[in-house]
Amino acid sequence: MASGIKDKVAIIGMGCTKFGERWDASAEDLMVEAFQEALEDAGIEKKEIEAAWLGTCFDEVNVGKSGIPLSQTLKLQNIPVTRVENFCATGTEAFRGACYAVASGAVKIALALGVEKLKDTGYGGLPDFGSVMGTLNRFILPNFTAPGGFALMATRYFAKYGINPEEGKRALAKISCKSHRAGALNPKAHLRKEITEEQVLKAPIIAWPLGLFDCCGVSDGAAAAIVTTPEIARSIRKDPVFVKALQVAATSGEELYTTRWDGTYLKTTTEAAIRAYKEAGIQKPREEISILEVHDCFSITELVTYEDLQISERGRAIHDINDGLFELTGKIPCQSDGGLKCFGHPIGASGLRMIYEVYKQLQGKAGPRQIPNPKLGLTHNLGGIPAFSVCSVAIFGL
Amino acid sequence: MVGITAFGAYLPRYRLDRKEMAKAISWINASTLGLASGERTVANYDEDAITLAVAASRNAITDPSSIFKRKGVLHAASTSFPYAERLNSAIISEALECADIVSTADFTGSARAGTTALLAGLERIQAGAASWGIITASEVRKTRPGSSDEFLQGDGGATVLLGKDRVIAAFVGSLSFSADFPSPLREPSKPFPRVWEERWIRDEGFTKLIPQAIKTYLAQKSLSPESFRFIIYPCPYPREHGLIGKMAGFSDEQILNPLFLTVGDTGSAHPLLLLAWALEQSCPKDQILLVGYGSGVDVLHFEVTDLVGSVKPAKSLEEMLNRKAPISYQKFLAFREVLEVETGLRGEFQAESPLSVMWRNRKALLGLVGSRCTQCGTPQFPPQRVCVVSECQAVNKMEPYSFSRKKATIFSYTGDNLAFSYDPPQIYGIVDFEEGGRMMLDFTDCSLGELQVGMEVELSFRRKYHDRHRGVHTYFWKAVPVTAKH
Repeated sequence: MASGIKDKVAIIGMGCTKFGERWDASAEDLMVEAFQEALEDAGIEKKEIEAAWLGTCFDEVNVGKSGIPLSQTLKLQNIPVTRVENFCATGTEAFRGACYAVASGAVKIALALGVEKLKDTGYGGLPDFGSVMGTLNRFILPNFTAPGGFALMATRYFAKYGINPEEGKRALAKISCKSHRAGALNPKAHLRKEITEEQVLKAPIIAWPLGLFDCCGVSDGAAAAIVTTPEIARSIRKDPVFVKALQVAATSGEELYTTRWDGTYLKTTTEAAIRAYKEAGIQKPREEISILEVHDCFSITELVTYEDLQISERGRAIHDINDGLFELTGKIPCQSDGGLKCFGHPIGASGLRMIYEVYKQLQGKAGPRQIPNPKLGLTHNLGGIPAFSVCSVAIFGL
Repeated sequence: MVGITAFGAYLPRYRLDRKEMAKAISWINASTLGLASGERTVANYDEDAITLAVAASRNAITDPSSIFKRKGVLHAASTSFPYAERLNSAIISEALECADIVSTADFTGSARAGTTALLAGLERIQAGAASWGIITASEVRKTRPGSSDEFLQGDGGATVLLGKDRVIAAFVGSLSFSADFPSPLREPSKPFPRVWEERWIRDEGFTKLIPQAIKTYLAQKSLSPESFRFIIYPCPYPREHGLIGKMAGFSDEQILNPLFLTVGDTGSAHPLLLLAWALEQSCPKDQILLVGYGSGVDVLHFEVTDLVGSVKPAKSLEEMLNRKAPISYQKFLAFREVLEVETGLRGEFQAESPLSVMWRNRKALLGLVGSRCTQCGTPQFPPQRVCVVSECQAVNKMEPYSFSRKKATIFSYTGDNLAFSYDPPQIYGIVDFEEGGRMMLDFTDCSLGELQVGMEVELSFRRKYHDRHRGVHTYFWKAVPVTAKH
């Protein structure tokens, strides 16, 4: 039986740029910014990095294909560089490549960097999905957007649990407000103002029933991680952060092509979480997880994710939300950095930005947003839409 | 005996009030004020002559397996086909899932194309070249803003099925003559036709040539006008329409109302549309005279049989007339691409349409044919090689499975203001099929407020997109809420 990744890889350095509408910065600028911070944090020299993984999604408007954009920008000296992509789970996918390289013994130190320059597409929101779903899907799928794809889950969730849309929207509003309270304290976030429930409820509808403040924005950003073996990590610093679990699950097609999926949860999140908890040896997630960084592309995603991660019972997330479980001051803070909601979603970078927050929290370096004595942090990075998705769940600890 | 075995018409949902048209545009052409009564039909932005033909044909064909046995013909008529090359009737035949057994032909060039297509179909079957036929005519025409045509015309389609067995209206005889009456006149690259003085069009064209043709036919067959229950002929001008029948010797009761106030003139489809309506009202032994006009005149004579009461279209014309929603004049212009509107970057971008992919997947894309796993019996779309059911996952055990007529309900839906639409919000969702299978689909011909999870929907063949830059129209299916029958 495979032994999993628990305690085989440690993070010794991370970097994260300021996310936002970085009109001044190119993708190359962002890459250097994130990498330099990670390098300094690790206290190693660039030439010690033996392999690198680059995560970007929309390469057409970004840096282009292959791993060359990373090696050319950072001037990596002919080391292996691989570009990976898994929709919005790309960031964690880059991290996964670097981790397995170290865990396999192939290299001692590896780099994962995610970057996305969405503000050069000319779109408010993500660019047209027409070209990213494959040629056949272009002929048979609706002209959908990410908000629309997730709105379909909101409608099913409300219908299944007998929640009228007004009550449902109010619960969703609480989620966005909570994240903004944390983002207001974070200098690296894009959106740094608190918002009220009324603002959320009155906001224009993007894809019914989701309104403007139920949706994360698009922004530019990059984040990076340097990983190594536990032995090297402990020799370099006192507080390396260990990878306890790293799982990915992709849809089999059952959600979209059969009537078996009831539309109210993410099958991929659920499966990845089950395997991640097993890999990390966690039996009671609600008791054992100290901090959550989930893929809050939309407020409904975060709500459903509480249940998919077995933190809340199915159909009962609203009660935990109303009880303040996930506030920064609550029992299991969720989006302690402000999440996708306040950072925006430069696709390739987001997964690594989540790991950055968990990393800093575990090391006690989160400043005014510091959670007292966190033990285990979980990141959840989700690509696609509920009807066809790919999800990574990763768990970290000291 | 050769004749009509079934029929069906299709009217799009939108209606444009002619008074609203007059308020918007009669300032440029005061003569249109006199036409500002009633309403005209307007096709949705995702409808064109091909989709209307498919819709009318699906109304007429209530039981495909009983018809699609031996070799047939499929004639499609229109002056507003999307394609000048790429056979429109071939696309229609794929949507109706009869492509492999029909000989297809496009009929075009004048508003007479509908009756010419019908005549040719009857003659091919009479000659023994085929056992049955689908004759469909449809129009979604572009008109110059402020023109009389804009007021007079409507969008619509109609289909008659032909055969030798179970005939409800037997083909008795015909007359057809050709005449280069050069108005309207349009070369393919031009969006609007050129027309001459209206008085000349009415007096030298309609009111001269139609009565002349009818009288010639009646004389040839030694028949008198009294023998006929219905006389059907097109003339877009409401005042002149009634005169023509009188000049040919018919009474008001015999002249079928051309539906100016509720539809408008639907060009090559109009004779077939009115014929479908007449057949809904006919009794055995009724004689029907059907006329098509445009660069000449066709006259077709039918006798209704005892079987007429046993055949009904899936939707009656009255049902189609009662299904309506208002549209503004501005939206009408935008839908017909006469008015260029701001589509933003999302409306501007269109990826290449790989023709080899369209060919290879034509049964799925045009016919909505998926696959059913013969091992576990689960239908799935698009067609799969590996069964998607996790307990099954059988490889290469699929058989073709048709979805377009299956009962379906709404699993979920949304109205998306971010996605581009000519008729915002873009409404789409996921549809579950009662007998198995699920699809993510666009919804059309509905408003967001009328949708509910669990509502029944039916499938409708629509234009998926028009790539204006490259000149490509692609087609797929959308879901339409099923409305209660009146």
